[in-house]
Amino acid sequence: MTRLPAWAEYLLIPLLNISLAFGVAALVVMAIGESPVEALNVMIQGAFVYEGAFGYTLYYTTNFIFTGLAVAVAFHARLFNIGGEGQAYLGGLGAILVCIALDSWMPSLLLIPLAIAGSAAMGAAWAFIPGWLQAYRGSHIVITTIMFNFIGAGLMVALLAGVLMRPGQSNPESREVAEAARLPYIHDMLNAVGFDMASSPLSLAFPIALLACVGVWVLIWRTKWGYALRAMGQSESAAEYAGVPVRRMIVTAMAISGALAGLMAINTVLGAHGKVVLNFPSGFGFTGIAVALMGRSHPVGIVLAAFLFGALFQGGTELDFEFQTITREMVLLIQGLIILFSGALSLMFVPWITRLVGRA
Amino acid sequence: MTAPAVRLTGITKRFGPVIANDSIDLEVAPGTIHGIIGENGAGKSTLVSILYGFYTADSGEIEIDGRPAPIKDSADAIRFGIGMVHQHFMLVPNFTVLENIMLGAEGGAMLRAGKAATREELLRLERDYALDVDPDAVIEDLPVGLQQRVEILKALRRGARILILDEPTGVLTPAETDRFFDILRGLREQGVTILLITHKLREIMEVTDTVSVMRRGKMVGHRRTAETTREELAELMVGRAVSLQVDRIHAEPGEVAMAATGLTWRDEGGVARLTNVSLDLRAGEILGLAGVSGNGQSELLDILSGIAPVQDGRMMVGDRVVTREAPVGPAEMRRLGVAHVPEDRHRRALVLPFEARENAVLGYHDGARAGEGRMLSPAAMQAHCETLMERFDVRPPAPRQPAAGFSGGNQQKLVLAREIETQPAIMLIGQPTRGVDIGGIAFIHAEIMARKAAGCAILLVSVELDEILALSDRIMVMNAGRIVGQMPRAEADVGRIGLMMAGVSETGAAA
Repeated sequence: MTRLPAWAEYLLIPLLNISLAFGVAALVVMAIGESPVEALNVMIQGAFVYEGAFGYTLYYTTNFIFTGLAVAVAFHARLFNIGGEGQAYLGGLGAILVCIALDSWMPSLLLIPLAIAGSAAMGAAWAFIPGWLQAYRGSHIVITTIMFNFIGAGLMVALLAGVLMRPGQSNPESREVAEAARLPYIHDMLNAVGFDMASSPLSLAFPIALLACVGVWVLIWRTKWGYALRAMGQSESAAEYAGVPVRRMIVTAMAISGALAGLMAINTVLGAHGKVVLNFPSGFGFTGIAVALMGRSHPVGIVLAAFLFGALFQGGTELDFEFQTITREMVLLIQGLIILFSGALSLMFVPWITRLVGRA
Repeated sequence: MTAPAVRLTGITKRFGPVIANDSIDLEVAPGTIHGIIGENGAGKSTLVSILYGFYTADSGEIEIDGRPAPIKDSADAIRFGIGMVHQHFMLVPNFTVLENIMLGAEGGAMLRAGKAATREELLRLERDYALDVDPDAVIEDLPVGLQQRVEILKALRRGARILILDEPTGVLTPAETDRFFDILRGLREQGVTILLITHKLREIMEVTDTVSVMRRGKMVGHRRTAETTREELAELMVGRAVSLQVDRIHAEPGEVAMAATGLTWRDEGGVARLTNVSLDLRAGEILGLAGVSGNGQSELLDILSGIAPVQDGRMMVGDRVVTREAPVGPAEMRRLGVAHVPEDRHRRALVLPFEARENAVLGYHDGARAGEGRMLSPAAMQAHCETLMERFDVRPPAPRQPAAGFSGGNQQKLVLAREIETQPAIMLIGQPTRGVDIGGIAFIHAEIMARKAAGCAILLVSVELDEILALSDRIMVMNAGRIVGQMPRAEADVGRIGLMMAGVSETGAAA
């Protein structure tokens, strides 16, 4: 088989897949009697143009970056971590526990890093257990991580409706974290230095997510640990030969993956919400799988894919407002189509493109 | 004159920029055994794949028995009476012989009638061609030689009059190979035309009537076997005269560098793969371990190199003792000076999707070759890989090309370069020339010899008896997980080793 040139593989094919997804979505919009052009226009306005829209898009992008990176790190070890949802949820627990313990007196400069570490640690712990079970007991990671999503959800409901519930309240949510624990909003920071930006929930979590991308890139491609991880993912028997401690690597890779998923919590718990609310990961953990698939498990690809999904998510909210007949489910449909065409059917165009490129 | 059974005219096949077959002409007379010989990657397999309909040629014509035969898929090929026995058998291991033969032609939803009819036909075929196999034996219980017969019967059952055999002897013992050649001669007498694809000169000389030589996608010569010599064919294959002999370097065996005593090893199912294996490796000596593949050599290499833990028995590496209680892993083994060239290049020795430069540090990635401290340095890997490639003539010298993109011989050179460069005191070498072309073989053999001369203790595991005989100072034979014989090179005799490999012990009793 001839290999495709990089521009075709990384640019043309993903674009074709996305176009096809939008094309099919357009047909569905037409079928329910609306104009696809208008719908697309509303989505673009909603994601980029309206006041604060872009901030919202980037806010969602942040969630997707963290969960996408989590899945990608595990992918490099050929581990399928579908427990991002639960790990993110538990990450929220880590952050709020630090805040409850310390936010009454500790200054931001110490408190925020500690809370961030807390969320990463809890996420890591929640992935460590399935990782350990996989490495030393042979329980399949896909099964255990799915189950840990449910266990995590159950645990969080119990805690949020129990010991963590805000005193004098009947909503299953934690108390708010102190102002010192809140990640500063980007619009506040920009406004302070003279740039004008509409308010949005976009916080310092976004640059932290970009830093995490750089960190993951260095870890995977520029450390010996990452080398061993990739070797294990590509050929476990060759890794064994090379003396890579395969079991320990599985556990470590899962813990790092879980930590990244756990970090998603800082965007909400320390950012937009300022507290742990029931079911705050609301599917971002799962969509991280699609983000990682589409981004080819590479940080740059993940940022792009996360941005696309972020824009869809935000633009979709607008669709829901503008059209009587189009609901939020329409956005889920488009997301689903994108996942279908760039995930499951990602190789569909490859033979044709190969022939075209080969002929040229 | 009768029309040729097979006539290929101007067959050309391209894979992207690579021309696998360049305007190939071939004629095979009916009822003959015709050999096609060539180095790995010469295009033999592509050519027969076109004949069997796996690929379609970009241009060129196929004639069968004098009539044009537009073969588009293997169903067409079967219709034209062509049968193929693959290098790797396509049998369902837990089915019986009969069930395998009827697979794909069961004759209705219920098996009973079809089974009876197939049995009758199978017995007739076995009688006609003198191919004895018990129809009710389960495939996985049969030795490979018999499994191969089942493959041949399968092809004959489908009416094959032209039989393509792709590297059929790779898995056979010398005795099985002899029996196999008898079968081929028998088939020829019955009028079957046979195309034998191989890279072994000995087989061509022994069994074929005519032979065609391929080199780099081109047909470079057709000969009557009786009128040619090994040397001529070898020269045609590689395009230059090569010596099939290794220049042996004499070195006095020194101290025992590594020893194993009473190694017994059971797999997960509790089956003993090794039973009471003892050996010692001496500095400046090559110990050759002969045996048909799958007789415990792989397990032995895994244990000696630290990949599999010692279960019973003990090993000494220098003065370090390795036992079940005191295990030593592959990384530690390397530090003790044990280098390992695994038998399976694709599964163990290389991470195929990795770049050559990444593979050039595999196993040594914790050291400075891959960069300082805990960081990976592409520049360091690049420099290291360039050095290795130059010293071992790895082609193309492209450190950034994925390992999968190199030919078998060049992959092996890269692995060997990686292991030799560390100047190990002990080398465990498995199948050093499997899938390597003749030019590469000579180079690799010379390198192994040079290591010996430098005082390295070497264990050479190979299923190629010629290779064992050419390189070793001492020879051990393995069968069913046991060492069944041992002799100095000077006393080695192919017939005796062959019998040992086949599990026939010195006293004549079958093991």
